[in-house]
Amino acid sequence: METFIIIIAGILFTIAVYLILNKNFLRIILGVTLFSHATHLMLIAINGLKKGNAPLLSEHGEIYTDPIPQALILTSIVISFALTALLLVLGYRTYIELGTDNMKKLRGESHE
Amino acid sequence: MSNILIYPIIIPLLMAMVLVFFREKIRLQQWLTSISVLAVIAISAFTVYHVSEQGISVLELGGWSAPYGIVLVGDMLAVILVTVASFVTLMCLLFGFNSFEIGHKRHFVYPMILILLAGVNGSFLTGDIFNLFVFFEVMLIASYVLIVLGGKKIQLRESIKYVLINVIASTLFVIATGYLYSVTGTLNMAHLSERVAMASLDGLLTAISFLYLTVFGLKSGLLLFFWLPGSYSAPPAPIAALFAALLTKVGVYTIIRMFTLIFYHNPEVTHTVMMWMAAITMILGALGAISQWEIKKILSYNVIVSVGFILFGVSIATEQSLSGSLFYLIHDMLSKALIFITGGAIISIFGTDKLKEFSGLILFRPLLGWLFFIGVLALAGVPPLGGFVGKVMILKGAVAEGELIVSIIGLLTSLLVLYSVMKIFIHSFWGETLMSEGQEYSTGTNALLPGTILVVCIAGMGIGAEWIMTFISQATDVMVNPNIYIEAVLQQISP
Amino acid sequence: MKFTDVYLQTATKILVFIIMTFSIYVLFAGHNNPGGGFIGGLITASALILLYIAFDLQSVRDIIPVDFKKLAATGVLIAVLTGVVSLVLDVPFLSQTYTYVDLPFLGKTELASAMIFDLGVYLTVLGTTMTIITSISEDDI
Repeated sequence: METFIIIIAGILFTIAVYLILNKNFLRIILGVTLFSHATHLMLIAINGLKKGNAPLLSEHGEIYTDPIPQALILTSIVISFALTALLLVLGYRTYIELGTDNMKKLRGESHE
Repeated sequence: MSNILIYPIIIPLLMAMVLVFFREKIRLQQWLTSISVLAVIAISAFTVYHVSEQGISVLELGGWSAPYGIVLVGDMLAVILVTVASFVTLMCLLFGFNSFEIGHKRHFVYPMILILLAGVNGSFLTGDIFNLFVFFEVMLIASYVLIVLGGKKIQLRESIKYVLINVIASTLFVIATGYLYSVTGTLNMAHLSERVAMASLDGLLTAISFLYLTVFGLKSGLLLFFWLPGSYSAPPAPIAALFAALLTKVGVYTIIRMFTLIFYHNPEVTHTVMMWMAAITMILGALGAISQWEIKKILSYNVIVSVGFILFGVSIATEQSLSGSLFYLIHDMLSKALIFITGGAIISIFGTDKLKEFSGLILFRPLLGWLFFIGVLALAGVPPLGGFVGKVMILKGAVAEGELIVSIIGLLTSLLVLYSVMKIFIHSFWGETLMSEGQEYSTGTNALLPGTILVVCIAGMGIGAEWIMTFISQATDVMVNPNIYIEAVLQQISP
Repeated sequence: MKFTDVYLQTATKILVFIIMTFSIYVLFAGHNNPGGGFIGGLITASALILLYIAFDLQSVRDIIPVDFKKLAATGVLIAVLTGVVSLVLDVPFLSQTYTYVDLPFLGKTELASAMIFDLGVYLTVLGTTMTIITSISEDDI
């Protein structure tokens, strides 16, 4: 199962890199989002899926799954949520101000 | 347990949140910001004293003991950098109080600067690698807002690139941390150091260390600096000064921490690669600096050169070169702030940053001219000033290890740095005066106070080098001998 | 833009209360069961967004006259101040404690200091999410 998840994460990374290398800013944002999702998927697979009970007080089990990767993912999700929002606002403002969402036209000119 | 370590993080954070409620009262915001940063400086200076007397102090957050909970570790390296970072922030604020535009002031510029400071201090103090990531993000999110604040076209354009690069670097940071966790099963830095020393998976750990080197190379501008000149020249001068003095230095600090505490087992691979990365960084940064004709661009390239030089000292990894690196790091935070503040004042006087349109400022602004000149000398490392001591120690350490080629590169790039900043000085202060009497007579004066204070500090670093070295050698002890750090953090736990 | 959709509006009026109640439940279940401030805040935000979609921005603002930026700042203040209490009591920052009390109607209830921290997180998440969404949607082109 872990192998399967890792392969899915790999496919997501591929798509994300393809999208990030695009010229269109919206696609880049989508690429960044996918990139972080792939990371989260990889993190959860990296330490083994479901080795025991959920790490909760009410589950009286012998062994528990390691909660740390999940805590890392939760933190990382929160941060990537904020960053995606920021990137969207930034992209929108840029589109309004500069009238383009094409990264090639955002290179900057020497006379500025 | 000593709660003193938490104050440099929560005072700015709390004050930032309080300031949100006083959006319209700009004067009050300025006072509260200054007072809170002053309090942070005082507390962190006391912490330096405390650590020098009693050794490393550790705070276990929430009472969870070391490898399980998150710890804050105040070793000498961290607390010195916290003090200097808070001090530099105060200087940039003093410069900024009168030079921010009104739109900036109303759009939460002071809360954002305080959050940035909280993030920077947190990154220095934390002893947990994932917590380091979180504080990095706090710092970076504040910097994203600061870089785009004002919404000029160039800012929007550059901030997109800056945000993208950093988001991707942060994601790589998470990936690297995930790998490291799966190999070692811990996130506490001291515990990591112990486990990495015991693990026999050399190849895997070296690969992970390179992933970290890439991540922090992106953040600090080591070799992967292509984003830096553009982004650092976009925001207004006080914020650019803050970025130049603090942001890349946090990346440098993490490289020092990671490669002296955790990944020090395979230096012939990791440290050699780091050394050549530093050498190429110095060369390319210096070439970039001499080829530019805009003040902000020249100064941004100088940031890159100094990152290369500091990490060259780190890659040698002897006691002498590490002390030199730390000394030069502190000096560089001060001198970059000085040169960006005075450079920003020059730009605000002329209203442009094209060198060829400048001329003859020395008649109108003699003090500014001299401050900038001392800044130039400090960057190049001319003797009475602090940079000289650091450079000599790094080079001595390098020559003792037989790294002659890179040492020569370091010396030559210092000359190029001197040339590039001297070019700014000559073009802006010499020559015929283009300004008419009384034109823009009041501009640029707000750089004089912070500039003077910084010059005094830089000169003091050179003159009082012996005294400062007593603190720095304590920091270097920990870097050379990671067991001190490990023992302090994991007192009760057997491995 | 004023747009009326009777089905959506009628459903929203009921749904909002269900979602809100659930979010409060999730918030209070938080400190040792699945749930917590972050998720609770997001669920409340989703209820408010449903209101924004069903009615328009201005009328919702008349009903809920809250400055979301200040709400977020309040949240962070509450969360950090729970830590500051431990500074005053001279225990490590962010130390937590809990106790059982008999509340009227609820019976024996666990009260934890982590609860207050979660409340801060809840307000922060709610405030930030709503700030982001309103600042994008307010901008008329």
